[in-house]
Amino acid sequence: MSSGVDLEHVTIRFGDFTAVDDANLSIKKGEFFSFLGPSGCGKTTILRAVSGFNEPTEGTVRINGNDMQGIGPNKRPTALIFQNLALFPLMSVADNIAFGLEVEGIKYVERRRRAEELLDLIALSGQGDKMVSELSGGQKQRVAIARALAVEPEVLLLDEPLSALDLKLRQHMRSELRNIQQRVGITFIYITHDQGEALTMSDRIAVMSAGLIEQVGDGSTIYNEPETAFVASFVGENNPFFGKVIKADENYAQIQNKFGLLRGRNTQGLSEGDSAILFVRPEALSLVHGDEPSENVIESTILSEEFEGHSIHIHLEGETAKKIALSISNDGTGSKLQVGDTTKICFDVDRAIVLPEGDLADE
Amino acid sequence: MSDQLQNLDLPYFAIFLTFFLAVLSSLLVLAPTQRGISATWDYLKQVKFIERNGIVVSTYIVIAVSLWVVVMIVAPQFFMVELSFHDGTVAADVNYDYSQTPYTFNNYSYVIFGSGSDDSYFNVLHLKVFLRTIIASVCITLLAFVLCYPIAYYMAQTAKGGTVRLLLICLVLPFWVNEILRAFAFRILFGSSGVINSVLIGSGIMDEPFDFIKADIAMYAGLSYAYILLMIFPIYNAIESLDHNQIEAARDLGSSWSRIHYRVVMPYAKPGIASGCTMVFMLTAGALAAPQILGGPSSLWFTQIITNWFNLGDWTRGSAYAFLFLLSCIVFVLTVMKYFKVNLGELAK
Ligand SMILES: Nc1ncnc2c1ncn2[C@@H]1O[C@H](COP(=O)(O)OP(=O)(O)OP(=O)(O)O)[C@@H](O)[C@H]1O
Ligand SMILES: [Mg+2]
Repeated sequence: MSSGVDLEHVTIRFGDFTAVDDANLSIKKGEFFSFLGPSGCGKTTILRAVSGFNEPTEGTVRINGNDMQGIGPNKRPTALIFQNLALFPLMSVADNIAFGLEVEGIKYVERRRRAEELLDLIALSGQGDKMVSELSGGQKQRVAIARALAVEPEVLLLDEPLSALDLKLRQHMRSELRNIQQRVGITFIYITHDQGEALTMSDRIAVMSAGLIEQVGDGSTIYNEPETAFVASFVGENNPFFGKVIKADENYAQIQNKFGLLRGRNTQGLSEGDSAILFVRPEALSLVHGDEPSENVIESTILSEEFEGHSIHIHLEGETAKKIALSISNDGTGSKLQVGDTTKICFDVDRAIVLPEGDLADE
Repeated sequence: MSDQLQNLDLPYFAIFLTFFLAVLSSLLVLAPTQRGISATWDYLKQVKFIERNGIVVSTYIVIAVSLWVVVMIVAPQFFMVELSFHDGTVAADVNYDYSQTPYTFNNYSYVIFGSGSDDSYFNVLHLKVFLRTIIASVCITLLAFVLCYPIAYYMAQTAKGGTVRLLLICLVLPFWVNEILRAFAFRILFGSSGVINSVLIGSGIMDEPFDFIKADIAMYAGLSYAYILLMIFPIYNAIESLDHNQIEAARDLGSSWSRIHYRVVMPYAKPGIASGCTMVFMLTAGALAAPQILGGPSSLWFTQIITNWFNLGDWTRGSAYAFLFLLSCIVFVLTVMKYFKVNLGELAK
């Protein structure tokens, strides 16, 4: 069975500090939903409100449409996988997995049988008698998942479960997790500060910053259609150009910038006089060859160049301390540019987006 | 008495010290002669302990520790055990020079069979007291555990820093008062005109004072309180290092609080619990002040019998009683620990 989760005006405060500010979300049944945001933005706090370890200061958490107010973590149809896994070190692997069943009063033989089934699911067949300390990092990870799945939760909550693993294993576990989710078909709520993880695994992503949910959408929407300056700068690499809007219609807006007039899509309804930031991704920038385009041309000095096989990364002097990043694919002729040269770059108006001024994500 | 002391101590101590010095010097002399002095010296300098602390400090530590172990722990026990095999009944004839009295098992057989002139075959009185002391100590240990485990858990996992410090002060402060004074305070508390009786009568629950002393309730209360710190601290220490997420994980999987404690917290804190229980049991069984001051007129604690032998001047019998009692307690503790699968090494954690 699977359930949806709704957050209605959920605000969570610790004393004067607001950790989560008026979160409104509707997570669908069977969805793989991720919360993405920098450290300390309130992701764990939201998850703990869903699992029942924190009560919201204001607002309502609903699971399957039912208000969860006053229902303890042991009574909710959720299972949480902790940031540090929190396996029981003094129990065997099978006892760990079957702990939730033991709680339900299921007999040993039946428990053991179910544990073996789950061990098959996580590809650890026959290793139930090992102690937790005898497992590798990835194996512990999978045991934690099995332990949570054993109680047949309607919603599985995962708090950065892959953060302790090395890169290789992390990538492997991503597809493993996704597979398990598709097999068991329950709702997964996944927390991460790694955007690659969020983009590859999730059906939808909520991007958070300092307690606020900035945007909710699927991976390509978040990447291609950011709604705020924070989302644009946090997800993927992006070049910001600051300025005032001097001309705007419902499709495009033009800003006055140190590098001249720059024009991009106006998705947020900006109008003349607004402070704005135009964002262009490194892969949307290109070097000017031959005829110069009529607009969106920037002239700057090359600061560094990195050859990376299939692409070449070039950094140019920007308007602030942040450099302009540009990535061009390697066409085999090699770059004829030298560090210190001045060059012209340009971008297509449809691949730039103009957003209201706001805080950018820290690098 | 002073006669006894002089005669008792000197010859034994001389023998013992000679023996100790002989072993020590033979070690000191043998090692260099086998390896050569400079080789030994080089070897010693390489030892991590010496390297870290320097030669002067390490020498001091080695000598201080061995003296402490030998003089304070091994020697007294050695004398006591040796003494317990002497025949104390004829000590007066040789002016209490015990080394001239013959060896005998009489002192030990007396614990079990008595003097033989009694009505019953066994030394019923003393064996009864012995059993009662062990059983009462077990009960008091359990009571102390039941009282202390929640406090230790609360301090280790739930309370905030400030509350923990306040609680610690409240727990430790009463123990600045001398043990005997504390026992008297309990006596006043439980006395027939004491606070507890006054409250009970004042609130109309009882008509006349209840004799808590005679019923031994005062003694059990006093003994349970006497060593709570030794119960709380090891358990607190053990629980404090338990990852709070494990408790939450168990809770999240639907577990009730009792199961969380029984399946997650207690197994984790087992070494601390064992250490606390062992200490409290040993000290309760060996307590003297509280039973003496708070005990009812008809009840005896085994330590009181032991003291009595020494007071009567029969040191050999007292030694036999003391040694047998110590041995029984150790065997009992080890058996219980084996049953609960606790290693001796874990106690030191
Ligand atoms: N129990 C608490 N009492 C006071 N403040 C808290 C408490 N729990 C969390 N906070 C604060 O709330 C904010 C959000 O914390 P949270 O643990 O949700 O961050 P997070 O997004 O999960 O970060 P990370 O990625 O580092 O795990 C932090 O500033 C934190 O200091
Ligand atoms: Mg977190």
